[in-house]
Amino acid sequence: MSLNLAEELSSITTKATASDWREAIRLAGDGLVAGGVTTEAYTEEMITAVEEHGPYIVIAPGIALAHARPAESVLKGGLSWVSLETPVEFGHASNDPVTLVIGLAALDHTAHIEVLKAVAGVLSNKEVRARLEAAETPDQVRDLLSSLATK
Amino acid sequence: MKIVAVCGMGIGTSVLLKMNAEKVLASLGIDADVEAADIGVARGAAQTADIVLTSDELAPEIGDVPAEVIIIDNFFDLDEITEKLTPAVQ
Repeated sequence: MSLNLAEELSSITTKATASDWREAIRLAGDGLVAGGVTTEAYTEEMITAVEEHGPYIVIAPGIALAHARPAESVLKGGLSWVSLETPVEFGHASNDPVTLVIGLAALDHTAHIEVLKAVAGVLSNKEVRARLEAAETPDQVRDLLSSLATK
Repeated sequence: MKIVAVCGMGIGTSVLLKMNAEKVLASLGIDADVEAADIGVARGAAQTADIVLTSDELAPEIGDVPAEVIIIDNFFDLDEITEKLTPAVQ
């Protein structure tokens, strides 16, 4: 894997607490805002997307890819990472409950594809994913992602 | 063969689905054009596609199209995508 996800993540939050899916998405949105990726409006747009289209953003067991359309609220492309202390129900038929929320913001429909490939590469490996979710601190997540990128 | 991967916004899930569908098609040795689309343009794109890949939640929004609609639960699971896509492309 050539792309180092540790450098692509604008913000990492580990062992966060969210009482419901809206709060879980807000944490991912806060991470994007803190990283200078989006304005707060984008966080609400990510929540609205789920209200309109359902919890389809839960793309795999335990993983939500929170995102909305490229819009004025997106300042640059970026990703945030939130691992949850307690799993949260999104209402998905087969992939609930969620333990990891990735916030994604993109300026267009193609620029972030390499980053998404790296995310898919990392998270489709069950053993790697378990280690990432067990990480207690953002530094542990970064170190692990960096070690994967140099392999 | 034309395949459309559909998600709500056209930037996240459909792109992942497109990437993994292409991997599966390559391993099956099948030449197909896979396009990622958001739900707004998907209804149009699905009119000319052979197969639509999407999630359980979005399938009803695509409505009645001539294409075969295949629902994928785990977008990272190449085995699931292979299992569901193989009978449709052969």
